[in-house]
Amino acid sequence: MDKLGGVFNASSPEMEAMVDLTLFIIIVAVAILGIITIAITYILIRYRRRSADTAEPRQDFGSTKVEIVWTVIPALIVGVFFFSTIKTMYAVNPPFGDREPDLVIIGHQWWWELFYPKSGVRTANEVHIPIGKKLLVRLNSVDVIHDFWVPELGPKIDLVPGHTNHIWLSASKPGVYLGACAEFCGVQHANMRIRVIAETQEDFDKWQEEHRKIPPTPTTGEAALGAKLFQEKACTNCHLTGVGPDLTHLSSRQTLAAGALENTPSNLVKWLKNPEKYKPSSYMPNMKLTDVEVNAIVAYLEALK
Amino acid sequence: MSRIPLVPEITEPLPSIRESEGLLAWVASIDHKQIGIMYLIATLFFFLVGGIEALLMRIQLVRPENDFISPEVFNQLFTMHGTTMIFFVVMPFLIGIGVYLVPLMIGARDMAFPRLNALSYWLFVLGGLLLYFSFFTQSGAPDVGWFAYTPLSEKPFTLNKGPTYWVLGLLATGIGSVASGLNNIVTIITLRTPGLTMRRLPLFVWMILVTSFLLIFVMPIITSAFAMLLLDRLLGATFFMPATGGSAILYQHFFWGFGHPEVYILILPAFGIISEVIPVFSRKPIYGYEFVAGSTVAIGLLSLGVWAHHMFAVGLGNVFNAFFAIASMLIAIPTGIKVLNWTATMWGGKIHFATPMLFAVTFLIEFVVGGLSGVAIASPPIDWQATDTYFIVAHFHYTLFGGSLFAIFAGVYYWFPKMSGRMPSERLGKWHFWLTVIGFNLTFLVQHLLGLMGMPRRVYTYHDLPYWGDMNLISTVGSLILGLSVIVFVWNIIASLRSGIPAGNNPWNAWTLEWATTSPPPVHNFDLVPPVHGRRPLWDLAHPDMPDK
Repeated sequence: MDKLGGVFNASSPEMEAMVDLTLFIIIVAVAILGIITIAITYILIRYRRRSADTAEPRQDFGSTKVEIVWTVIPALIVGVFFFSTIKTMYAVNPPFGDREPDLVIIGHQWWWELFYPKSGVRTANEVHIPIGKKLLVRLNSVDVIHDFWVPELGPKIDLVPGHTNHIWLSASKPGVYLGACAEFCGVQHANMRIRVIAETQEDFDKWQEEHRKIPPTPTTGEAALGAKLFQEKACTNCHLTGVGPDLTHLSSRQTLAAGALENTPSNLVKWLKNPEKYKPSSYMPNMKLTDVEVNAIVAYLEALK
Repeated sequence: MSRIPLVPEITEPLPSIRESEGLLAWVASIDHKQIGIMYLIATLFFFLVGGIEALLMRIQLVRPENDFISPEVFNQLFTMHGTTMIFFVVMPFLIGIGVYLVPLMIGARDMAFPRLNALSYWLFVLGGLLLYFSFFTQSGAPDVGWFAYTPLSEKPFTLNKGPTYWVLGLLATGIGSVASGLNNIVTIITLRTPGLTMRRLPLFVWMILVTSFLLIFVMPIITSAFAMLLLDRLLGATFFMPATGGSAILYQHFFWGFGHPEVYILILPAFGIISEVIPVFSRKPIYGYEFVAGSTVAIGLLSLGVWAHHMFAVGLGNVFNAFFAIASMLIAIPTGIKVLNWTATMWGGKIHFATPMLFAVTFLIEFVVGGLSGVAIASPPIDWQATDTYFIVAHFHYTLFGGSLFAIFAGVYYWFPKMSGRMPSERLGKWHFWLTVIGFNLTFLVQHLLGLMGMPRRVYTYHDLPYWGDMNLISTVGSLILGLSVIVFVWNIIASLRSGIPAGNNPWNAWTLEWATTSPPPVHNFDLVPPVHGRRPLWDLAHPDMPDK
């Protein structure tokens, strides 16, 4: 059986607390629904009209005592719900004081800019985190409202232009956790996916170390031509200025175009030839590259590790 | 001594619009019954359009990575579907059936302001035309969601003319809604027949009264927000543009400050329909009249202070979220009181399962599903998962479709004989009912799970993750059955209008005043309004030996 995602695979202490609360409230809700459904079904069968019977039933106008009882009982249930809600809210979302963020996420139409202020690593669309650590994430947007949501790791939070948000992010076991933008942000909202790659501290340190270095520009072969084209074809106008995602370590990523395609050299070729097909109306233009140029640029991007 | 008449005898009748036949008699009418029926016809039209929009979306989502329609069109479809169903179907239907019934139920000749009534209706039609005209512009219909969050709906991000037409259309209908609200309030307060005190008012009229107060309180909020958005879009103001000093979040406060009371505007009159149908088909008075009426007022008041539960993911802090969480949860109490009172009304009755009652009883269970999932997502930690996912889509369709629309169907079948003079077909009614129940639950029950499994809303495509394809397929199949049910419904209306059995004044043996006059009622409504000594004047007439207290 395939594994279900979302609340069925809670993978952080925050998410576990949220799932506990969700389960509790859903069980109570289903019980209430069951009782009401059974009661109504019973009434419908017991008090259905028999065809021969035309006399009016006894006329009953209500009872204040009964009304008080069924006002107090829901009030008590609501009280319990509210109490457990408050407890969970503060467990999931404790104040962060004046701690500096471990990760900054900036929303763009339709990709995620990622920046680790402590190491200076800059990347896009794929968050790496060490397991078992609570990271403080700061979130913002440069254009419209987006929403960071990795279901298995906890709450979602909006990325609002002109308003800074913070959220705690952690994972209790290694794995790849899929997420997506959850606030409608325009044409390509559906292809604004994010993933969190949780790994052991050593693996994370290794990843961070690799990403801190700027890979050498290839000087020979197809890749060298690609490097030249990358400058000449105006790619850098967006990809080095933060308008488009940073491509410095592109070949180490799992997906292209914020999750629209798997990151393989052949997909990269298809993407460069016709971005409109895979992510219609995104801001990645079709640069009308020749096959030679496409292959050269792909070779260059693949060489960047 | 001969008398000299000061005014000569009239030998020919004065020209009157009421005597003209055909279209003009309707278009120029200021009669509340004709206007009410025109509301119902227009909402049926928009219902079909909005339904087709929904079906197109469901077809696109039938399997992962489908390419039946483009993302641009998909975004236009969900924007138009939401806007249409809320502003041009459920809301005007409930206003329209109120316009038809309120004067009859309180023994009046017409609304207090008949011309204003006509103006409200035509503003609603104008709004719908403005909204749909956007399809003919170069860039198509609005594509920013029925909520049109800023800054996405601002010019730098949406150059299309769509959102401008959207704003103009909703401004027009909004002004009409405020006028209807005022008209209802004045009518209900001043035109009740002698003896019909506020404590004897039919519950449907009570619910319309509370709804009308909500309308005049909250429509101005969204009207001002729309005016600001329009200034931003057309004249370069920056109310909601963060880049130039505006606030994106301010718009959300305005929108939901209107938007949440709006959902009670969409459900309270539906509660009113249920409160009329269940007693009549159980042959018992409503259980706990004062509590059903009082809890409506409580819901109306509470609904004004819960808007930010739509904003738990905006990041406004634990204290802020806690306030709106408890306020929202409190609404469960008066709503629960209502459900229990309706259930108790059936207890000990003699329940007659005609089509209106089938829809009303199913309403009870489906609305409870929507109500309970509503309490769950009033809890911020649950909402942090559920908001903007298919769980929310499922939740509000259980309240708006399983709730409001089921009540609307109950109301249509219940009052159809009064409006047309003919009975709707029971056989087709039962087909309609069962297809709707099956289609509705197939479509929306699985969406709860999809949301909990992580499927966001408003996506035109999705990856092939475990079970996503299967569940979306089930949902699409359900929606097609719903489409079929609507065809049966429309067929029933047309067939019954032509050849239904004549209904007589009071085919359901009901108790409120509208059943005391002919079906359909004459222009002046009543030749003689029966005396009112209690909540059920026709019961008192039929049972002089045991009148209501």
